[in-house]
Amino acid sequence: MRRIILSLAAFLFMALPGLAQDQSATDILNTNRDLIEKPTRAKIAPVIAALAESGVPLAATVLGAWGDKGLGIRKSDGMFFLIEAGADGWKLRDLTGAEAGTAAKGDVLELRPNAGVRGLIATALVQFTLSDPDPAKRADALQSIARDPEAAHLEPLRASIEAEPDPALKAQKTRLEQLLTLRFDPDSAKRVAAIEGFGAELGLDVRGAINPLLATRQIAFAGDLPANTNLARMLDPGTDISDVEAYDLLVGAGMAPARLTVDEARAALLAHIVDGAVAGIPVTDLGIQANRDRAYTALEAAGAVPPAATDAEAAAAIAAHSFAEVYAEPDPAVTTAARAAMDRIDLTVGAMQAADLALDAISLASIYFLAAIGLAITFGVMRVINMAHGEFIMMGAYTGYVVQLFITNYTLSIIVALPLAFAVTFAAGVAMERLVIRHLYKRPLETLLATFGISIALQQIAKNIFGTQARPLTAPAWLDGALTFNDVLSISYIRIAIFVMAMMFLLFFLWLMKRTRLGLEVRAVTQNPSMAASMGINPDRINMLTFGLGSGIAGIAGVAIGLFAKVTSELGSDYIVQSFMTVVVGGVGNIWGTLAGAFLIGTLQKGIEWLNPSNTLAAQTYMILFIILFIQFRPRGIIALKGRAAGD
Amino acid sequence: MTRHSFIAQNPAVLWFLLILAVFTIVVTLLSEAYGVAFISTSFVKTLGKTLCLCLVALAMDLIWGYAGILSLGHMAFFAIGGYMVGMWLMYARTEEIVVAALAQGGLPATPEEVRQGIATQIFGVVGASDFPPVWALAHSFWAQMALVVAVPGVLALVFGWLAFRSRVTGVYLSILTQAMTLALALYLFQNDSGLRGNNGLSGLQNLPGLGDVSQDALSVWFFWASAVALGLAYVLLTWVVSGKFGSVIRAIRDDEQRVRFLGYSVEGYKLFVFTLTAVIAAIAGALYYPQAGIINPAELAPIASIYLAVWVAIGGRGRLYGAVIGAAFVSLLSSWFTGGRAPSIPLGFYTINWVDWWLVLLGLSFVAVTLFAPKGIGGLFDLWQGLRSPDRKGAALGPDDSSLQEKEAVK
Repeated sequence: MRRIILSLAAFLFMALPGLAQDQSATDILNTNRDLIEKPTRAKIAPVIAALAESGVPLAATVLGAWGDKGLGIRKSDGMFFLIEAGADGWKLRDLTGAEAGTAAKGDVLELRPNAGVRGLIATALVQFTLSDPDPAKRADALQSIARDPEAAHLEPLRASIEAEPDPALKAQKTRLEQLLTLRFDPDSAKRVAAIEGFGAELGLDVRGAINPLLATRQIAFAGDLPANTNLARMLDPGTDISDVEAYDLLVGAGMAPARLTVDEARAALLAHIVDGAVAGIPVTDLGIQANRDRAYTALEAAGAVPPAATDAEAAAAIAAHSFAEVYAEPDPAVTTAARAAMDRIDLTVGAMQAADLALDAISLASIYFLAAIGLAITFGVMRVINMAHGEFIMMGAYTGYVVQLFITNYTLSIIVALPLAFAVTFAAGVAMERLVIRHLYKRPLETLLATFGISIALQQIAKNIFGTQARPLTAPAWLDGALTFNDVLSISYIRIAIFVMAMMFLLFFLWLMKRTRLGLEVRAVTQNPSMAASMGINPDRINMLTFGLGSGIAGIAGVAIGLFAKVTSELGSDYIVQSFMTVVVGGVGNIWGTLAGAFLIGTLQKGIEWLNPSNTLAAQTYMILFIILFIQFRPRGIIALKGRAAGD
Repeated sequence: MTRHSFIAQNPAVLWFLLILAVFTIVVTLLSEAYGVAFISTSFVKTLGKTLCLCLVALAMDLIWGYAGILSLGHMAFFAIGGYMVGMWLMYARTEEIVVAALAQGGLPATPEEVRQGIATQIFGVVGASDFPPVWALAHSFWAQMALVVAVPGVLALVFGWLAFRSRVTGVYLSILTQAMTLALALYLFQNDSGLRGNNGLSGLQNLPGLGDVSQDALSVWFFWASAVALGLAYVLLTWVVSGKFGSVIRAIRDDEQRVRFLGYSVEGYKLFVFTLTAVIAAIAGALYYPQAGIINPAELAPIASIYLAVWVAIGGRGRLYGAVIGAAFVSLLSSWFTGGRAPSIPLGFYTINWVDWWLVLLGLSFVAVTLFAPKGIGGLFDLWQGLRSPDRKGAALGPDDSSLQEKEAVK
């Protein structure tokens, strides 16, 4: 430890000649005693810097002790000591570390630097900790530099790279050194090289380092561009910058008088009312802007009010000046390289964002597909409008919640909840079909209303049982987190799971409809119930089973949706319109159509959200408008059934 | 064929107008402003609002009960009417306040100052201080009143034209209208929609220029206006459905295909009915919201339009008085139950609190009405007059809706 500090101190001697060589830490402490007793962030900085550079082996110890409230002043003689709370009072050590007896609590003034000062001390200590034998401390130091980089960190960092034994830390140090170089190195060529060294890398730290180099501000000037400015681009008033902003720039630079605001004009006029008139214009006439302007100009001419720019004067002033955007960074070579690097990075980021958007769209599409697949059976195959479908989804989610109340192992509870949710909603669906829908097969509009009545009732019952607040349905821990490709592209495991689940349902549906006896009978009953009946199929039983199946799948979808949405009694109604849209847009009676519909709606919604990211409500509005228009052109959906299967 | 007078053909009109007139007079005589103060002002407002709901139910009955189009978007037109009238009310009312405030300042206010002051007052809540373009006509009473009719009318015309042209019918049309309502509601929920986002428009109960008229009197005035509008609409709609036009739209309800093959422009008829009912709904909304005092996008939620269908179904489709009875009965009952005035029913192990259970009762009784009494409350009048539908129980003998059924074949 001591040897490393010594070598570092020796390095500092060479690197900073003439600085504080002859001052020991003790001297520095003694000369700045008052400041150290009551430090402020602004004033103490030079003292800390001097201490750090003092080169005395114990500079690190002193600073560390000070930062940890382990430095004190003995009141009797004003000596500084390293202090430690002992059994009765303080244990003292002098600044070299030698034992120096004890002192009573009241005899020593404990130094308690505030948070701001402790931060400064920590920064100063970084150069010692960068070479600390403990790798964890070195990593901490690197992090602290990365969080708040300063020009002063560059040299100690460079010096510590050579001796770094840990390859991972060495790589980190090299990278951080490059990031600091591109911002702080005095040599422009080195900075450009550092910038170009990063290529099109996506890391947030790289972007965070390069972006400040490209910070610009707007200036106004008359005639030629002022010397020593690094021009980003010229601004044309009216196109690149509004006239108001341009004039504000002039005002801000003191190159033009402020524009006359309505309030100022009003105040000025009020101050100069003489005998019910201002500059000869009666007050009653001042309800018109033109008269007010006339009055103010008259006052201006009389010298009674300060001159202020009218609109015409402002326009003339704008025309007489040029406007430009200039980089805060003075070195053009650096800004050019940074601009080029940023363009490269932006291109890659754009590509990654497109990929991310596509992933988002797919996962939203899977959610819609999952919500709609039960409907694809009840509405798509049986042509029964079930407005309570959303409430079946809600029942599934609540089933999951109730299961979690009894089974605390989340993985196990989900495994139990899935079949249980199916059973609950299957039973509810069968009951509803037997009691209500069976009587209304020939009156589809009334099915819609009756199922809506059920939906209202179910929602309110859920509210009465579970209350209005959202209930948690917690995903197992192995579904937490996200699959991260880089700083831009990532997808959470839950969304992957939902995608997988949606695909499993698709396969299940296809298998059921195309490969099983039940599917065959369902299709037969849908096409012609009387004919199916005469072939020995019981249409009542098939209708009941099909409806139960569609409802059961809605229940399972409810468990899946509950994992990422909050479980409330309104959970289902949030999805019902989108679900129907999915089925209608896709084409009734065809599962591939539902899949296509889900993808169309998911992609569209994410696409619109991307165009207008602040506003998901607008995205939904435009999506519904699009669907209404889409149905104009393909009234039967994306994949329309043809021939006899179409039913009419 | 002898020509009978309109009244003779439709005796229900006379009865309806008589009952409405008596009801109006009774409420006026019991009100706080013009009578014995037996009915509180807030209840007069409730009754006035109920009349507006009856008006929109009439429109719903025409489109659903007569033309067979189950529109789940008519409450959206109702709310748009409310928004249009609300914009003028809010503008004019704020203008009064702003002008009064600026007059304190010593100088007479310029029009720009007034406009800016109003904009800041109205839109400060959504963080804006300029008038959005949709408020361009809000300063003019007549223009805004024209918009009450024009905006929903044009919207219904465009939407209906698109939907009917591509032969969207039945449940598909219902879902599409529901989607339209949802889209509108979501749009209005945004803060930058120009209509104050989810804050909506408020303070509509104060009429500009009538600051010194008490709410007691205003509530009765609005009650009268609602009653007159309801009476006029009833007469108009009875006239519409009783002539040839009425026969055609009923025929469209029963068999659209056949009417088309007979050479009628089915789309034209549907579009006319859709637009007419949208306009009536908007007028009802324009009368409703000044009595309610506040309008926000939640009023457009798809559920509101479904309740409208529920009222009409419970009252009885295909008869105008049925719609009025349904709307009045269910909405008054609903406010009685949800107002906490209905007595709770203790079951020993659980107490049924109607505030919580009313919706369950409504939903289930709605299912029951659909299943067992498709004619609704209006069907009671048929029973009273001894009218009965033929009993067509028994299985159908063919695949079509109109095929002979077993019992008929036996006869």
